[in-house]
Amino acid sequence: MIDTLVFLIFAGLTLAGAVAAALLRNLVHCALSLTVTFAGLALLYLSLGAQFVGFTQVLVYIGAVAILVVFAILLTRGSGALPGNLVTTSAWRIGWVAAVAVGFVLVAALQHAPFAQSAAAAPAVSVQQIGQALMGPFVLPLEIVGVLLTVALIGAVIVAMPERQGEDQ
Amino acid sequence: MSPNPAWSRTLDQIFVLLQHRIADLFPPLLQPWVAMILGVVGIVAVFPAIFALTTVLERKGLGRMQNRLGPNRVGPFGILQPIADAIKSLTKEDIVPRSADAVVHYLAPVVLVVAIFLGYAVLPVGRNMQLLNIDAGILFFFAIGASTELSIFMAGWSSRNKYSLLGAMRAVAQMISYEVPLLLSAVVAIMMTGSLNPSRIVEAQGGFTGILPHWYVFTPWGFAGFVLFVIAALAETNRSPFDLPEGESELVAGYFTEYSGFKFALFFLGEYLGMMSIAGYGITLFLGGWGAPLSVLAFLPSWLWFFGKLFLAIFFFIWLRGTLPRLRQDQLMNFAWKFMLPMSLLDLFVAALWRFLGEWLGAGLGTEVVRWLVCGLLLAVTYVLFARVMLKRQKISPRSYRYAE
Amino acid sequence: MLGEGILKGLAETAKNFAGSFVSEERLTTVEYPEQRLPQIENTRDFPFLVYDGEDAMAGLRCVSCQICEKECPPKCIYIVKSTDKKPDYVGKAQFYPTRFDIDISVCMSCQICVEVCPFDAIKMDTEFELSTSDRFGGLILDKHKLAKSNSYYQKIHPTEAAEVDGRLEEEKQKLEAKAKAAAEAAAAKAAADAAAKAAATTPEAQP
Repeated sequence: MIDTLVFLIFAGLTLAGAVAAALLRNLVHCALSLTVTFAGLALLYLSLGAQFVGFTQVLVYIGAVAILVVFAILLTRGSGALPGNLVTTSAWRIGWVAAVAVGFVLVAALQHAPFAQSAAAAPAVSVQQIGQALMGPFVLPLEIVGVLLTVALIGAVIVAMPERQGEDQ
Repeated sequence: MSPNPAWSRTLDQIFVLLQHRIADLFPPLLQPWVAMILGVVGIVAVFPAIFALTTVLERKGLGRMQNRLGPNRVGPFGILQPIADAIKSLTKEDIVPRSADAVVHYLAPVVLVVAIFLGYAVLPVGRNMQLLNIDAGILFFFAIGASTELSIFMAGWSSRNKYSLLGAMRAVAQMISYEVPLLLSAVVAIMMTGSLNPSRIVEAQGGFTGILPHWYVFTPWGFAGFVLFVIAALAETNRSPFDLPEGESELVAGYFTEYSGFKFALFFLGEYLGMMSIAGYGITLFLGGWGAPLSVLAFLPSWLWFFGKLFLAIFFFIWLRGTLPRLRQDQLMNFAWKFMLPMSLLDLFVAALWRFLGEWLGAGLGTEVVRWLVCGLLLAVTYVLFARVMLKRQKISPRSYRYAE
Repeated sequence: MLGEGILKGLAETAKNFAGSFVSEERLTTVEYPEQRLPQIENTRDFPFLVYDGEDAMAGLRCVSCQICEKECPPKCIYIVKSTDKKPDYVGKAQFYPTRFDIDISVCMSCQICVEVCPFDAIKMDTEFELSTSDRFGGLILDKHKLAKSNSYYQKIHPTEAAEVDGRLEEEKQKLEAKAKAAAEAAAAKAAADAAAKAAATTPEAQP
C-alpha cells in the first residue's frame, strides 16, 4: 500500500516536472522543471532499491547536466520568455504526431516484453557488487568510456582555446 | 577494541540509548519512525546550534588575528551575539525585488538548506550515531553536495541583478571545477577501505599502533589526499580564500545580494552548514571520524572526539580566512585544473601503488619502509616539480584590461 | 616553494591570535563608549552658534545677515530675520535671528558657513553622538540647541578661539578707541566751540 503511494507520488512528481518543462514559457523555468523530473527519476530508482543508480542520477543529472543546460541557455538565447502561443504552431502539430507514434510504439513494446512475473525476486545489488562488476567483466567498456570522455574533454578544450594570432594567414 | 569500563561505554552510547528509550514509549509499529524523527531532530538542533556558536567564534577569532577584540557587547564576552543576530534577521523586512522571479527567488534558499541538511543524514557523528547507515553513503553526500549548485544558480538568476548573476555563475563554475579534485581526493580513502559506507571507513581507521591511530592522514597518499580535500572543500563551500562568488569588493554579496531578512539568514546558515558537513566528511575520510587520537584516550565518548575534531576543523577554516587574500578568477581555474586535478590523479596512483606494494612484498617492517619511501618520494618530487614549473610560469606584469581600454 | 607563503602567513596570524591574549598593547582598538581617544584639534562635524556672556539668546553673535544661508551648498540653514533690533555684545543695536535651524541630516560639514561669517558667529562643533530615533525632527537643530558659549568654543578649538578672541578684542578696542577718539574729538570740539564762543563773546563783552 505504502509502496504504491510512494510510487504514485514520485511518478507524479516526475511527470509534473516533465509536463512543466514542455509547457512553461521561460527557458530557465523549463530547465528547472526538467531538474524536478531528474530528481523524481532518482527517487524512483531509490524506491526500487537501486541506491547506486539513484545517487549517480542525482550526481550526474542534477549536479552536472542540469547545470550544463542552464549554462547553455544563458550563453545562447538568454533566459527571456518565448513569445506567442507555441502549442498550436505547425511544428507542434508534427511534434504531437511524433509523440503519439512514439507512445504507441512504447506501449506495444511494453505489452509484449517478457518481464519476470515476480518483481520481488529481483536480486538486491550492493554498491560493492557493482564496483566489482565494473572492475571485473566490464573493465574494458569502462575504460573505453573513460577514453571517449577524455577525448571529448580535450576536444572541448581545443574548441574553446583562443586562436593564435597570425595562424589564419 | 580496548576493554573500556561500562560507564565509558554507556556514555559513548548515551544518545543512542536515549533514542531507543524514547522510541520504546511508542507502539512497535511507530518505533522506527519515532527513532528516525528523533535522529532528524537531533541533527536539525545540534548543527544549527554549532552554526550559531561558529558565527560568534569566527568573528572573535578573526578579530584576534587582526589584533581586535571582536564582538563583546551582548552577554558575557559577546557570547549571546548570535541570539541578537537571529532576532535581527527574523524581524527584518523581507524584500523581494519587483523584477525578481518570485517563485524561484523564494525556493532557492529553501532548496539550498534542505539539500545541505540531507547531507548530514549519512554523517557518522559517533559510534552507531548515523541517521542512515547506507552502503553508498559517501556517494550520497557528493550527490547531494552537487545539487546545491542548482539552488545557488536559482538564487542568482531569479534576483535579476547583475551582481547576483555574476556571483552565481562564478559559484557554479568554481563548484564544478573543484568537485572533480574533491571527489578524486576522497576516492583514495574509499579505495583503501573498499567501501562507500562512512561507518566502514571510520572503522577501517580504528586500529592503533602502539598509541598512535591508523588514520589515513598518517600515510603519504592519505596526507596528500587530505590536503587536496581541504583545498577543494574550501573552494566548494566558497570559503576564503576561494570566496570569489561573494567577493564584497566586487559583487556586493554575490548570489544572495538581493536577499534580506530570514532568507539571507538561510543562505548564511546554508553556507556554514555546508562547511561543517564537508569538514565532517573530511574528518570521516582522513582523520579517523569519531576515533580517539591516542589509544589511551579511547575511553572518552566517540561523539566528543567527532565534535572536537569538527571544532578544530572550523577553527582551521577561520584561521585560513584570517590569513589568505582572495584569489583571482584565472588563478582559481588554473589552480583547479593544472594543479589540483593532476595531483589528485597522481595521489590515486600512489594509493594503488601503496596497496599493491603491500601485497607484493608481504607484511613486515621492510615493506613499510619501502612503501613509505616510494610513495612519499613520488608525491614529494612531483609536488616540487609542479611548484617549480608553476612559479617559473608565473608572469608578474602590470595588469592589463582587455575590454576596458 | 609553493605553499611556503601560506605557511608563513598562517604563522603570522597565529602569532597575532595568541599574542592578543597575552599583551594588551597588541590590541589596536579602543573600547568606544567607555574609552575614548582624544580628539584632534581640527576635528569638525556640524556648525554651532557662538554666544558671549551668560544668556544664550541675548549674547548670540549672529546678526542674521543670512550670508551663510545663501552660501550653504546643500542649503541646510534656515534663518528668519527679526524685525526689531537689539543691542549686541558691544552694545550696538543689531538684527537677530528669530529662527536659526540647521538640518544636520543635510549638512555636509564643509565649513563654508564658518568661512563666510563676518561676525565669527558660527563655528564648527565636535559633538558627534547625535543619533536620534526621530530622523526628521530629531536632526533639525534650532537656535536653542545650536547656541553654545564662547568658553565651550575655547575648550574645543583652543588655538582658533584664541585667535578669534584676539581679533574681536582688537576690534572692540579699536572701536572703543574710535569711540573715545570721537568722544574726545567731540569734547575737544565742544571745548573749542565753547572757547570760540567765549572768545567771540568776550570781545563783545570787552568793549
